[in-house]
Amino acid sequence: MEKRAIFQGRLLPFALVAPQLAVTLVFFYWPASQAVWQSFLQEDAFGLSSEFVGFANYRDLFAKADYYRTIGTTAFFSALVTALSLSIALFLAVQADRQLKGGTAYRTLLIWPYAVAPAVAGVLWFFMFQPSLGLVSQGLRGLGFTWNPLLDSTDAMALVVMAATWKQVSYNFLFFLAGLQAIPKSVIEAAAIDGARPVRRFWTIVFPLLSPTTFYLFVVNVVYVFFDTFGIIDATTAGGPAKATETLVYKVYSDGRVGGDLGGSAAQSVILMVIVIALTAVQFRFIERKVQY
Amino acid sequence: MTTVKPLILAAAFSFAASAAQAQVELQWWHAMTGANNDVIVKLAEEFNASQKDYKVVPSYKGSYADTLNAGIAAYRAGNAPHIMQVFEVGTATMMAAKGAIMPVQTMMKDAGESFDPKSYLPAITGYYSTVKGEMLSFPFNSSSMVMWVNRDALRKAGLNPDQPPKTWPEVFEAAKKLKAAGYATCGVSTAWTTWANIEQLGAWHNVPLATRANGMDGFDTVLQINAPLYVKHLETLVALQKDKTFDYSGRTNTGEGRFTSGECPLFLTSSAFYGNVKANAKFDYSNAPMPYYPDVPGAPQNSIIGGASLWVMGGKPAAEYKGVAKFFTFLSDTDRQAKLHTESGYLPITKAAYEKVKTSGFYDKNPLLETALKELTNKEPTENSRGLRFGGMVQMRDVWSEEIEAALAGKKSAKEALDAAVARGNEMLRKFEQTATR
Repeated sequence: MEKRAIFQGRLLPFALVAPQLAVTLVFFYWPASQAVWQSFLQEDAFGLSSEFVGFANYRDLFAKADYYRTIGTTAFFSALVTALSLSIALFLAVQADRQLKGGTAYRTLLIWPYAVAPAVAGVLWFFMFQPSLGLVSQGLRGLGFTWNPLLDSTDAMALVVMAATWKQVSYNFLFFLAGLQAIPKSVIEAAAIDGARPVRRFWTIVFPLLSPTTFYLFVVNVVYVFFDTFGIIDATTAGGPAKATETLVYKVYSDGRVGGDLGGSAAQSVILMVIVIALTAVQFRFIERKVQY
Repeated sequence: MTTVKPLILAAAFSFAASAAQAQVELQWWHAMTGANNDVIVKLAEEFNASQKDYKVVPSYKGSYADTLNAGIAAYRAGNAPHIMQVFEVGTATMMAAKGAIMPVQTMMKDAGESFDPKSYLPAITGYYSTVKGEMLSFPFNSSSMVMWVNRDALRKAGLNPDQPPKTWPEVFEAAKKLKAAGYATCGVSTAWTTWANIEQLGAWHNVPLATRANGMDGFDTVLQINAPLYVKHLETLVALQKDKTFDYSGRTNTGEGRFTSGECPLFLTSSAFYGNVKANAKFDYSNAPMPYYPDVPGAPQNSIIGGASLWVMGGKPAAEYKGVAKFFTFLSDTDRQAKLHTESGYLPITKAAYEKVKTSGFYDKNPLLETALKELTNKEPTENSRGLRFGGMVQMRDVWSEEIEAALAGKKSAKEALDAAVARGNEMLRKFEQTATR
């Protein structure tokens, strides 16, 4: 069958695609091109004078050891948050999928944190773990542990990882639960009759059937830790102590918005964009092959 | 019928428009919350009620940094407010924005308002004036740094609360005694890390932070915060951090609760912390001037201010500037300033208001509110204590804080950290110089 037979001429298909294209152009390509253009400029905050400096902003970035460290911090942070939030959510979803008394209440409680804004979540965690007044830190001190995210970089990293993970678990949970409930019970029952133990049933039947969900969540989570966690970092540690919790997106924010260095910040966001595009491409190219739809 | 209706409507509209035009609206963007927000709203209402030509419209725009960024974004979009509240560390950014701002002194002169820069407290106006002494912004809410003292704790440690420690060595000794008396997690601490341990330290000891009169004389300034005084101070703090005689409380004022909760009995932070202490401290408290090192000749000098000033944005019609000028005259009124100071805890900005409050005997009952004023006017300001003017100061403070944190965490020596703070800060200053002086 010839595809053109569906639409007479070109006008109608273009007209139908146009709104979507317009939205993408206005909300993605236009700002992205602005960022690219800005990354070649050096400007004062008010935009009173600007100078084309070519790749100077990029050269500045890559000449600094700081920037590589921030890349390392981001890689560590995102790997940890993604792994933790996916595995914790999966574990909780499997538990919630069982026929339990009061299961609905349990599910609702797990979904709630998703309604909390990242900055609010950050502040909440900041209060609980504030070294001197925080409830959790006081408890830890009572147990003989010293907890000081203001000066100890490991403590600070632990704090932002916990807060960022906690924030994302609900979202992942929701998708995992939906995925689990879509798996036909008969398949699992058949396996049980064949004598497969629960753990084996999970890894050989349930988990492979969940792979599209897992893959989707994996992509979404990576994007989340790369872009959406700066509110949490800002509220809990502000990138400190001594840059130990500064991720790429937080650096974009602090250099551009706090520091007024628009050119440098734009260069960073272009690099960040390239990294995320590359990561997503790799995910779809290599990991998606293992996904069974 | 169909032709009459639009005519009536048009007439109604033009009438409404002309009525609205009679009153010029003046946008005032600020960063004040809570009780301070009430002060702003009240001031605007009083001014609006006092005359018919102008209407000041205050709007809250978030934190100081948010307000500054909102103002910059609005300026870039051609929609800047008339008056913008900018915190003291944003001063250089505003000053470098020639064309984007309207110098206050020029505006007052053009509008024919009587205005004498000398009637304002020099320690305050110095911060907001050019080298030639031209006032660029209008001082509004100013504060300085003081040491808050938990008198009950001092008593408990066998110290005399009426004679709080005066010098840094005395403070550290007191902190050790306090620690022994049960304040185990924090003898002394500071909020606003760089303001307390670098910026005020320099001014209070008449030691430069940077060349070119701390940047007041030009953008080609070079940092000197790795001078012996700064290194010695940080070295001492690093040593005391080990057993929490001194304990770090973060970069901004989020750690202030450690004083009001009673955890930290000696705490250096803004004098504007007064309202918070008054509301929350369940113990006998007072404050004292910042400590100093007695071996530094001439110390203490005078402190520098914190808080914010009001900047007038450029490119507005003369008629609107006339209104802004009238509003500033209204704000400078002696009675109003005296009242503002005694009610809110902000410093009075004019000499006359300070004198008035002093002669009224208010400070005899409320000595706390005079401490910061005494520090600011302790001596005639020098090149090192007049103020600071560094481009990108907001971010530079973060860089300095990072290095201090690295030293306190034992990752770098105090000297290494401050050398790095100088190197990284100078790089930022050069970048600012490049964009600002083009």
